[in-house]
Amino acid sequence: MLAYLAQLFLNGLITGAILALTGVGASLVFGIQRVANFAHGEYLTFAAYIALLLNVGFGQGIAVSALGAMAATGLLAVGLHFAVLRPLRGRGLVALSLITTGLALMLRNVIFLAAGPQIRQYGIDQSAVYDLGLVRISPGQAVALGITVVVAPAVALFLARTRLGKAMRAVADNRDLASISGIDVDRIGTYVWLLAGGLAGLGGVMFGVVQGTLEPNLGFQVLFLIFTTVVLGGIGSAYGALVAGLVLGLAMDLSTWSGFAGGLDARFKPVLAFAALILLLLYRPQGLFGKARVL
Amino acid sequence: MDLFNPAFWTFMAVIAGIYVILSLGLYVQFSMAGLPNFGHVAFMAVAAYTMAILVVRLKVGLPLASVLGLVAAVLLGLVLGVPALRLRADYLAIATVAGGEMVRYLAMNFPGLTGGPLGSIGLLGPGDIATYNDGWIRSLNRAGGAASALLGVPVSRDLVMTILVWALAGLLLAAFWRLERAPWGRVLRAIREDETAATAVGKNVFAFKLQALVLGAILGGLAGLLLAWHIGVFAPDDYQPTLTFYAYLILILGGMNRLWAIPVGAVLFSLLYTGTRFLDFYPLSLIDSGSRAFLRLFLVGLLLVLFMALRPQGMLGNRRELLLER
Repeated sequence: MLAYLAQLFLNGLITGAILALTGVGASLVFGIQRVANFAHGEYLTFAAYIALLLNVGFGQGIAVSALGAMAATGLLAVGLHFAVLRPLRGRGLVALSLITTGLALMLRNVIFLAAGPQIRQYGIDQSAVYDLGLVRISPGQAVALGITVVVAPAVALFLARTRLGKAMRAVADNRDLASISGIDVDRIGTYVWLLAGGLAGLGGVMFGVVQGTLEPNLGFQVLFLIFTTVVLGGIGSAYGALVAGLVLGLAMDLSTWSGFAGGLDARFKPVLAFAALILLLLYRPQGLFGKARVL
Repeated sequence: MDLFNPAFWTFMAVIAGIYVILSLGLYVQFSMAGLPNFGHVAFMAVAAYTMAILVVRLKVGLPLASVLGLVAAVLLGLVLGVPALRLRADYLAIATVAGGEMVRYLAMNFPGLTGGPLGSIGLLGPGDIATYNDGWIRSLNRAGGAASALLGVPVSRDLVMTILVWALAGLLLAAFWRLERAPWGRVLRAIREDETAATAVGKNVFAFKLQALVLGAILGGLAGLLLAWHIGVFAPDDYQPTLTFYAYLILILGGMNRLWAIPVGAVLFSLLYTGTRFLDFYPLSLIDSGSRAFLRLFLVGLLLVLFMALRPQGMLGNRRELLLER
């Protein structure tokens, strides 16, 4: 029973870590752009397939592939920012929501066309399992855990200590105030997209590695989990997203524990996240930690 | 598929007519009341599922089951809409698309009630094939037979369906064209343009928005019923969020706030959507027919972006009266 609970905890921790990392980027972007980016999920898919190309197509190791995918996705995000989203800024919430939805459809189906709808795998041993006494962990999970332990504190430190990180948080929190304090809002916006793209890229590869398989709907399926993370943490709040991702990941996996009122059927995990998203938007749009203010 | 096969064209005409009704529902919510509902497809799903479950499981007659299907769509609109109406536009978009996905996941994961991923065919459990539209087919055949006897030319079932769907669509378009110019429509437009001003002159903004939402839900549910009757079988994956965006594209093609442009947009969209299967020249011939679906969806996305970016008034619309500046 305890082992089972620990296993759920570990699984939730890994999902949560991926959501946290992806959520930081998405939240900062949401903060500077002030509009939901419905194409964010497809950035994850894009990265997962770039990594697949590097890993399986060119025989690179998974770490090199992940780095390449992060770079490519960062460039994709910056490119779309300059080509589409920045020129159309100020078009209004509905117009931009529809535009990013259109971008999402385009990206997803380009990937479908290029890679085909079949389920793919990275070149890592999927059958091996490391037994750690209390819990069992797959190589993919181990990789994800390792990456998280390095990257999550690095991102937190970057945002807390460096000038650029502070500027990013300032712009995401209050664009006008940041601008008045002498921050080049446009330049920081570009860096935020680069960071968000890179983190989305990392998240996409990690989802592919942890699940063991990937298909072109991967990103779309986690888009709402990312949105939930962003809203739960408070829109524009990077630390909030870090914590919220972990909370959401743990909550989803632990909710299936049978000791908890019989446990939720695992099939309903996404439904739980959707319901949480709707309820949060309705009753606590400022997030768990945020102060109530006009958003 | 033959370009000159009349069966193909009647099929397309029926689908285009259903899209008109679906898009009209979105028009009432989005263009008239300014509510960006990104989960419109859920109304189709709920109406179709309620109808099919009642007919197959409880042996309720098709007409009553269909009315109850519409009632279910309205209930969904109320459950999702009443709290969500308070939200800012893009949060409303997120909440509604999440709500639509919730409906789809629930349909997928309650096989005891909905037939699970198999959809309506699995309603009676494994081994039994469930059909719910026998009554519909029978009445269409009867009507076709009567028309043949009257006119002296053979009238196929699909032709009857085409006429029926387009007559219904025309009737609804006329009714809402009238309604848009009635005091009710003018109040909605005022709310869309300036909610505070509408409140200041004593209009109950919430009530008007709710009415628009419910009317849109009924139209969406009606489109869902018509499609379910016509196709004869459906599954949760038929109600992907993309269907909602087809309706948005139809509105945008026609110009977002032109009611009479909806049928134009719907026909253009259907031509575009089905037309890609006839484009068989190089380099498109490199893409096999299975991948054409992805090409079509890519085009839907591309057109959404292009029209929203370059010509938000659509092909026929007037740029001055747009609701996109918020």
